[in-house]
Amino acid sequence: MHLGFYCDIIIGGLILGGLYGLTAVGLSLQYGVARVLNVSHGEFIMLGALAAYSLYTFLGINPLLSLVVTGPLIFVLAFAIHRIMFQRIRRISPTPGAFEGNSLLASFGLLFIIRNIALLSWGPNSRGYQYLSQSVRAFGNVYAVNRLVAFGLALCAGIAFYLFLVRTRLGKAIRAAAQDRDTAQLVGINIHRVLGLCFSIGAFMAILAGSLVSMMFEITPNIGLPYTIIAIIAVVLGGLGNILGSLIGGLILGLVGNVVMAFSPALSLVAYYVIFLLLILLRPTGILGKRA
Amino acid sequence: MNRAAALLRSRIAIFLLVLVAAAATGPIYLDPFTIISVTNIFIYVVITLSWALFSGPTQYISIATAAFFGIGIYTSALAGESMPFPLVVCLGGVASFFLAFLVGLSSLRLKGMYFTIFTFGLSELVRHFVLWWETTKTGTVGRWVVQVDPLPVYFTMLIILIATIAVCYAIRRSRYGLALRSIGQSEEAAEHMGVNTTAVKVGAFAVTALFVGATGSTMATRWTYIDPSIAFNPLFSFMPILMATFGGIGSMTGQILGATVLTLLADLLLTRFPYYYMLIYGVVLVVVILFLPGGIMGLRRALKALRRRESYADP
Repeated sequence: MHLGFYCDIIIGGLILGGLYGLTAVGLSLQYGVARVLNVSHGEFIMLGALAAYSLYTFLGINPLLSLVVTGPLIFVLAFAIHRIMFQRIRRISPTPGAFEGNSLLASFGLLFIIRNIALLSWGPNSRGYQYLSQSVRAFGNVYAVNRLVAFGLALCAGIAFYLFLVRTRLGKAIRAAAQDRDTAQLVGINIHRVLGLCFSIGAFMAILAGSLVSMMFEITPNIGLPYTIIAIIAVVLGGLGNILGSLIGGLILGLVGNVVMAFSPALSLVAYYVIFLLLILLRPTGILGKRA
Repeated sequence: MNRAAALLRSRIAIFLLVLVAAAATGPIYLDPFTIISVTNIFIYVVITLSWALFSGPTQYISIATAAFFGIGIYTSALAGESMPFPLVVCLGGVASFFLAFLVGLSSLRLKGMYFTIFTFGLSELVRHFVLWWETTKTGTVGRWVVQVDPLPVYFTMLIILIATIAVCYAIRRSRYGLALRSIGQSEEAAEHMGVNTTAVKVGAFAVTALFVGATGSTMATRWTYIDPSIAFNPLFSFMPILMATFGGIGSMTGQILGATVLTLLADLLLTRFPYYYMLIYGVVLVVVILFLPGGIMGLRRALKALRRRESYADP
């Protein structure tokens, strides 16, 4: 019985961790590569969740299929946001530090804009729907199918993106931009396009994570910020600019969160922050990052 | 040139004196509702000035204002019944000062963005910790705060405001202000010039928290009921950033102006159209950062430069 209990915690943690990992990889592209600490990342997750909810309840479209529509849409939108906002900020900021500060403030503005547009269009009530909620038995415990599907998809997306990074030319350009922007530009990489793409792929991953969230949890226009914070912690945990590290960071956070949740539910967020504050004080380069 | 500057300065001093006199005698001819909204303006001017005193020149963006504000509020809730009001306010300031001092000692060696993320994590940590403490140890989420009449609150805020303006002005003009600016421009160079950067950063950070904490203690008495999500509302971290950015991070006049304008806007919109208000807040923040790097004060400077260019063009 005890074994089953621990198994349950660990598997639940991995499921949660897969989701966190996906959001962290998205943020890692935006912060680690494009240097935009996008605090509105979670708002994109919220948008994805609400869009999936609406398309499923009103049009009956499968939340995984609806990504075919919402995904490209948000990709284009995010590319435009990057071009209009962050490229301009890069131009008017005198130093890289000033760029980071200004783009952080601008993304706070974006956070308020997106959240309040969502509040105006969907209202503050929490919603949810039933999709693939039948249960299956595994390892002596019962799980809802949608959680397993979500975990599988998050993992697949992570692996697919990793292969894209290491096997394709564009992936190589992104890795080069993450390592050294100026040198990447010197060897002929169109840096503005690559950074814009990183920002857009990050937003796309947020939408994907959002539709997975909508299958598992209740959603409101206010769910975004906790996901942003968890993603920031996971990115720092994995090491800035290290995309695989972010995925692992997300998995670790999911596991830790679920373990703490099993013993004292109110403390799970406190646990994240304690990990985070200790990490940032003791090893700011992350567990996989290079030493400074 | 010097005499013109001195004249200008004496004019500003006279203007400020008139303003203070008007504020001090305000309750005689203002109705209670106006008193409360003026008190609101005082709050935001104080936290905006405090935020900008440290984060403006050093470019260390702190998102921990809500933590210091909330500490002040909880001081008021815990000590309000057993102590006189002015003592509670001082205690709130001192508690925040010490929290900021400890945080500064541990975190100010972090550079740039890491410091920002740290401060944000800190205020959320404090909020969740207090929430956890209240639900598991004391068994209640919220607390009652002893109520104080609007007029003592008004005068206390006025005193805090005057103290904040005086201290900010003095620090900016002293060698510590210069040291803060040099840290923002090049920390390494500042260190080589013999500036004790850690001491200056920690000191300024703690001083700004002092005023924010005192403001929190004062304002708690007006709300009568508080819980962790009211006391540590992240909005109190974002508001000073927006107001200072809107007015112009570099100048105190700009910060005071930005805080005043946006507080009035908030009073107008927040109760009736909260979502539109927050939406406008976001749009203003984005537009100012994209097109008005110096805020309102920057706009004035740009206009002045434009006019000068035109007058030179005239034969």
